Amino acid sequence: MNRFSYVRAAGVAEAVREGSARQVRFLAGGTNLVDLMKENVERPQRLVDINRLPLHKIDDLEGGGLRLGALVTNADTAYDPRVERRYPLLASAILAGASPQLRNAATNGGNLNQRTRCYYFYDPATACNKRQPGSGCGAIGGVNRIHAILGASDQCIATHPSDMCVALAALDAQVRVTGPDADRVIAFSEYHRLPGDQPWRDNDLRPGELVTAIDLPAEDFSSHYTYLKLRDRLSYAFALVSVAVAMRLDGERITEVRVALGGVAHKPWRSPVAESGLAGEKASQANFLAAAHVLTEGAVGQGGNDFKIELARRAIVRALKQAANGTPQSQTDKRVF
Amino acid sequence: MTSPTRTTARIGDPLNRVDGVAKVTGQARYAAEHPVEGLLYGWVVSSGITKGRIVRIHDEGARALPEVVEVMTHTNRPQLPPFDHSYTDAVSVPGSPFRALYDEKALFNGQPIAVVIAGTLETARYAASLIDVEYESESHNTDFAVALTSQFVPNDKRSTFEPPQSRGDAHAAYDAAPLKVAADFHVPAYYHNPMEMHASTVVWEGNGRITVYDKTQGPQNVQAYLAAVFGFSPEHVRVKNPYVGGAFGSGLRPQYQVYLATLAAKMLERSVRVVLTRQQMFSHVHRPETVQTVALATDTSGRLQAIINDAATSTSRFEDYMETVCDWGLMNYACENASAKYTIARVDTYTSGDMRAPGAATGMTLFELAVDEMAYAASVDPLQFRLINYSDKNAMDGTPFTSKALREACAQGAEKFGWSRRTPAPRSMRDGRELVGWGVATGIWDALFEKTSAHAKLLPNGDLEVATAASDIGTGTYTVMAQVAADTLGLPIEKVTATLGDSALPKSTVEGGSKLAASAGAAVQHVCRGVAEKLLVAADQLEGQPLGGARMEDVTFAQGRIALKSDATRSISFGDAMSAAGLDTIEVEDSPAWHSGGSSQTRKSRNTHNAIFAEVKVDEELCVVRVTRIVIAVAAGRIINPKTARSQILGGVVMGIGMALHEETATDHRLGRVMNHNFAEYHIPAHADIQDIEVIFVDEPDPEVTPLGVKGVGEIGIVGTAAAVVNAIYHATGKRVHSLPVTIDKLLV
Ligand SMILES: Cc1cc2nc3c(=O)[nH]c(=O)nc-3n(C[C@H](O)[C@H](O)[C@H](O)COP(=O)(O)OP(=O)(O)OC[C@H]3O[C@@H](n4cnc5c(N)ncnc54)[C@H](O)[C@@H]3O)c2cc1C
Ligand code: SF4
Repeated sequence: MNRFSYVRAAGVAEAVREGSARQVRFLAGGTNLVDLMKENVERPQRLVDINRLPLHKIDDLEGGGLRLGALVTNADTAYDPRVERRYPLLASAILAGASPQLRNAATNGGNLNQRTRCYYFYDPATACNKRQPGSGCGAIGGVNRIHAILGASDQCIATHPSDMCVALAALDAQVRVTGPDADRVIAFSEYHRLPGDQPWRDNDLRPGELVTAIDLPAEDFSSHYTYLKLRDRLSYAFALVSVAVAMRLDGERITEVRVALGGVAHKPWRSPVAESGLAGEKASQANFLAAAHVLTEGAVGQGGNDFKIELARRAIVRALKQAANGTPQSQTDKRVF
Repeated sequence: MTSPTRTTARIGDPLNRVDGVAKVTGQARYAAEHPVEGLLYGWVVSSGITKGRIVRIHDEGARALPEVVEVMTHTNRPQLPPFDHSYTDAVSVPGSPFRALYDEKALFNGQPIAVVIAGTLETARYAASLIDVEYESESHNTDFAVALTSQFVPNDKRSTFEPPQSRGDAHAAYDAAPLKVAADFHVPAYYHNPMEMHASTVVWEGNGRITVYDKTQGPQNVQAYLAAVFGFSPEHVRVKNPYVGGAFGSGLRPQYQVYLATLAAKMLERSVRVVLTRQQMFSHVHRPETVQTVALATDTSGRLQAIINDAATSTSRFEDYMETVCDWGLMNYACENASAKYTIARVDTYTSGDMRAPGAATGMTLFELAVDEMAYAASVDPLQFRLINYSDKNAMDGTPFTSKALREACAQGAEKFGWSRRTPAPRSMRDGRELVGWGVATGIWDALFEKTSAHAKLLPNGDLEVATAASDIGTGTYTVMAQVAADTLGLPIEKVTATLGDSALPKSTVEGGSKLAASAGAAVQHVCRGVAEKLLVAADQLEGQPLGGARMEDVTFAQGRIALKSDATRSISFGDAMSAAGLDTIEVEDSPAWHSGGSSQTRKSRNTHNAIFAEVKVDEELCVVRVTRIVIAVAAGRIINPKTARSQILGGVVMGIGMALHEETATDHRLGRVMNHNFAEYHIPAHADIQDIEVIFVDEPDPEVTPLGVKGVGEIGIVGTAAAVVNAIYHATGKRVHSLPVTIDKLLV
């Protein structure tokens, strides 16, 4: 861990001002940032503690949506009665992640901005373009069981590790951002980015920008949804593959469906083609399988993660069934429904 | 609380841990928690390359920090002895023991190459991040599969190691038999990761004396090692380890953190603490990577005709670690033709070492996978198969067992589990979407005994202190020692204080091999009997001789009194007896005489056994495996404390489930580096992975095995457990996986 100065921001304006300097990081729950500082992966000169900012509330939005403050903890979000009732997909995805202790400390803004769990990124003795641009990608040709099968580049094959974000992607949430220039609202699908030739950039935030809230649209998919997470043990492990499904049905026909994949790409992965292909179709195994193939089109394995392609397909089919049947995956009973 | 209190504690009572409150309230101090005035903190810098030479260590940045006291490297360290023999210890293996900071050579990835010493931990850690090392790399190999091309049998073997004994002509019998199976099995290396990281606090006492708080399983072993390496006279080195946060074998040999902390203390003549990080635990001791080729053959009725059991394990370039891998299968099954070959192969890592049931946790587990395949090939129920081929004696060397209640373990375990309701065909049992599988395996481990000394001191008010230089590594040794003492002198457990974990106490063996309860327990009983005898002599001094000159066999010791068996109303208190004889204390220090041949002259085998039954439920498409039920029946002689013993078995079973499904070291062989070196990515079972585990202790009276009839329970719980789970996965899915752990990807194909 390097030496750094610390300031506790009293208000949003101060946080943004402080945050605009070079080599500054916002400190929220610290469950990811502090870990990375201990490993010398993050070496900020200054920490701006944002925990006192007034971003601790969940508010109803006009027109039926919900605004989740950036500093509301993951646990408080998941157990908020409005979230539980109206956005059970989000509650379920949050509860599929980490452990109760971590969820009690982790914040919504921090969850969005957590960094990849790529082994090489975490280990400064190795090459990593994300950690040290231009040093190479250790994971390509190395240990890459947990890496991306979709949207990777020849410079980085990392995945975004969040569960919560997979649900937010399926719900078409919006990220509210404030910054030195102006306030912005970013569509969730535009928030995280693919690695391309700038793998050090995880998302669309510009220097000094602060996430203030996440807006959930009114459409909540509370009848037909699921979050199915497959991992190397039954709890407390990052997803090998996860699937968030939000669906509307008219009898046996699908009127609308959103499918987002976690653990497979640098961002939650959606396929407009697959989704529109299912719209108007029957909720059937054959249609689900076809959609799974479209969603994983162009998937490439890296050796250690080849299995994820088949696993993702099977998980997509099962998750679509769970959503269609109205039998969402439980996060406490570890049996897959 | 189920513990009986204020009544006489007896061997066999399920007593609570005597150190439980100290532990849960944080009063129990571990190696890195002892406060020392003026303490310096050492932070270990680890090698980023696997093999080669350190050309230069750029430490200017670190040294420029005012609070940094020293950066200790191979270029400025104090003098060290030149020859290997100074670095060996009571349990070291043949070869050249690792000497940190000795010279410029890098021998394995993560090797300690410098220690930054500062007034605070934070400064030391920060300064370490400023150090830049220039290396000259050489080519290395950490891939065991590649190393196997030059596997070998070392000439010089570890003293406790005996090569497996073959019998008959296994290869001919195998060729001739009608039914056979053969496969190569594999387990990865498992890195030692007890909850407490390896840590040492070296207190510089002046006048050439040090006191060391160390995470070790043998304080006297560390004492002798530090004296030899650093030129202290042994009585000037005192090593204490009153509490150890788990060890599992990682603390049998003195580890590099105690060496580094002592080296730094010597260099600076100051007190120094060194604690390894979790990441550094992955450049440390580990269970060797193992491949095992098992070929079995039977006649048409399922009787074994041939066993071929060849194994190879990994070791470092500089030492030859060996363990007993092949013998277990050959001992446990009746079969006239059996052969085994055991080799080792070198990789560029730290030396592998003992981990909970070394050799058996892997060797017997993999053998039991093959046994299941053979049972299926012979169309015999896998439990029945084990009974058909049951051996009442040690089938490898023909010696009788002092006891072997494995048949009873199989019967009681099967009954509890409901084995008879199993349908044999794979994929024949279901629960909704999930395939259900039931698997069985058996296990075997040594029942060891080593001569140990103890001290006992009784006060007139009935307070009793017992002490030995043994270690409680979390197993419950304090409790069991106190319990044996209380039982012998008929005292409530509260009246007994057990003291352990100090090299200055009477000589004890290292805490390993499940031998401590038997060995230290016998020593404690022996000295407490000595105290009892002296009490009786003292009682005779009392006027009127109320006990009428009774002998030991005529009296009982209970509730702080000596009473006549024939007439319990005739009794006297310990205090009265002692004051009659003018004694303030009664003290005895000794070790029990015990011939490892037992009462008979012929050699006997001394072993614990188990039978494990596992239920798994597997999602057919997604291959998610849940271990829903385990029943383990253990035959381990006399159980001193069923509660702490059960905890040992539970721990072993959980570790076995981890072997079956989760635990795996992922090495990037291009770098020679373990990449999943943290607990987020190095998976061990989480709570959700563990459901019902039922432990049965089978009655197995065995006065011959050790003085107390105790066999030890620290390791038997892990032996075979992974096999029961993996066999259950086969029964559920019809898929045989030969390389552990059974992760989703291996079942998808
Ligand atoms: C052992 C372990 C297991 C885990 N398992 C899972 C899992 O299974 N699934 C899962 O989804 N997650 C998992 N996590 C990750 C966890 O969800 C994240 O660490 C957490 O969400 C981060 O939130 P935080 O508030 O602690 O962020 P911090 O650590 O404080 O910050 C993380 C990053 O976000 C930035 N940041 C924080 N708030 C803002 C803001 N408002 N605006 C702009 N930038 C901001 C910080 O500067 C920093 O770069 C696990 C973590 C650990 C340690
Ligand atoms: S995958 Fe990305 S994060 Fe991982 S080593 Fe390569 S560049 Fe770094």
